[in-house]
Amino acid sequence: MNISPRTAQVVMKASASTAKDQIRNRFWSWVIFVGGALYFLIPLAATFYWSLRAKKDVLGFEAYRKLFADSNFLPSFSESIVNAITAIFISLLIIVPTAYWVMLRLPRLRPVIEFITLLPFVIPAVVLVFGLIRLYSRPPLLFTATYGSSRVLLVCVYAALSFPYMFRAVDNGLRAMDVRSLTEAAQSLGANWSTILLRVIFPNLRVALLSGALLTFAIVIGELTIALYMAQHTLGPYMAELTRSKVYEPSAMAIVAFAITWAAMGIIQLIGRGQAGQIAGGR
Amino acid sequence: MLVLAYLSLKAPSGGFTLEFYGQLVDETVINAYAMSIRISLTTAILGGIIGFLIAWAVSIGGLPRPFRSLTATFSGVASNFAGVPLATAYIFTLGRIGVITALFELLGVDLYKTGFSLYSFLGLTLVYLYFQIPLMVLVILPALDGLKREWREAAENLGATPVQYWRDIALPVLTPSILGTMILLFGSSFGAHATAYALTGGLFNLATLLIGQQISGDVLHNPGLGYAVAMGMVIIMAFSIFIYSILQRRSERWLK
Repeated sequence: MNISPRTAQVVMKASASTAKDQIRNRFWSWVIFVGGALYFLIPLAATFYWSLRAKKDVLGFEAYRKLFADSNFLPSFSESIVNAITAIFISLLIIVPTAYWVMLRLPRLRPVIEFITLLPFVIPAVVLVFGLIRLYSRPPLLFTATYGSSRVLLVCVYAALSFPYMFRAVDNGLRAMDVRSLTEAAQSLGANWSTILLRVIFPNLRVALLSGALLTFAIVIGELTIALYMAQHTLGPYMAELTRSKVYEPSAMAIVAFAITWAAMGIIQLIGRGQAGQIAGGR
Repeated sequence: MLVLAYLSLKAPSGGFTLEFYGQLVDETVINAYAMSIRISLTTAILGGIIGFLIAWAVSIGGLPRPFRSLTATFSGVASNFAGVPLATAYIFTLGRIGVITALFELLGVDLYKTGFSLYSFLGLTLVYLYFQIPLMVLVILPALDGLKREWREAAENLGATPVQYWRDIALPVLTPSILGTMILLFGSSFGAHATAYALTGGLFNLATLLIGQQISGDVLHNPGLGYAVAMGMVIIMAFSIFIYSILQRRSERWLK
């Protein structure tokens, strides 16, 4: 084939310029990446540094020891864990059958359900708790009277907050398998609805459920706003109080909280190539 | 349970009587809203631009592959690392005793004498960006992946420069996703309460903190006003989500 000198020149110039572009792109990518990394790592490093300084002139884990020895830390931490796990279970029990039923029988309801699960994104937590307190602080729905009933309410709200994540996770999981065939196969083998849900659908959704649950856990464990105004002694209000009253322990607490979030999100990434739609959290 | 969620969400509008609505024009309330909107706009735009650049750097910019998954994972963590721990981290970084503040002092600059304060508009913006940027990265990375290689090759074959390619092809295709995500960012910082509360003890004039004060009843106790402020927030949030969903549908036209 005959290539005119002019064409060759143009092609060479083009490839030379793309090579130069690539080098320039890579250079700027590194600049942006390093800048971003600094922005995100410096606060963590600074906090970690402070958390090691509790003992005069020595770096050590004194702040962590003091934190764990604090008589309020473990109770509030364990209370938050129990709340989170309960909320996850309530959410699972509601969302899995709902998503399954919508998928199988009522596909027309999907937009409605999607809208409902979006509501916790639209309503800021502080607005939500404001409404809750007004609604549940007078008969017949007197929930805020005692600590225990407030706690029940809090767990229910956490479950509702987790609906969006849970629904999305479960919905993705259901789409990835052939729900109809599995259901029909189970039915023709004589299974009833609870058997189908518990022994066919749930096991197939393990990965989806786990990532929904972990995401919920990461968001609920340190939640401040709702717990604060419901006067609950959970981790969020405890952390806020700690920040105001102590010097070194808050840094240790922040590092612990970061480690928990990191662990939860890390496991999600590992098990599911992480594609949970994380839009809202306890900000 | 759905009923409970429905009822609880419905509650603010239960108090939506017009007589309290007039009180929204109160100066404190106006200022709180103005500050909330200012911070949300700033962090949405800055977070959007910076997040986009980072996403570009790790996907198209030519960084080695592992950096991309590292960034995605870290973004997942950082976007959920908000509230009290985030506020604490910044107090130890840029607060009066913070490490960066101390470093500046070594250089002979007293940050807090230059007018900087972590407990101000600028400080809060810096803190909010810590969850805004990762949020942008998380949402925009898949959109950047949706840019087809063929488009770029076609453009190059037709003699387009990289600037022309971005201006005439890539950005127009991405605009709905970018705008949509920025609206999402706006909403996420507009509704943010825990971070600002932990940072300022609830005394900064933000719409969310104002509602908090109404609940605890320390300052100007007036439930009706609380309802009105809350309702105003819900309306703004609902409006942004509405626009977001429109833009989302738009972006699906090209990016699947």
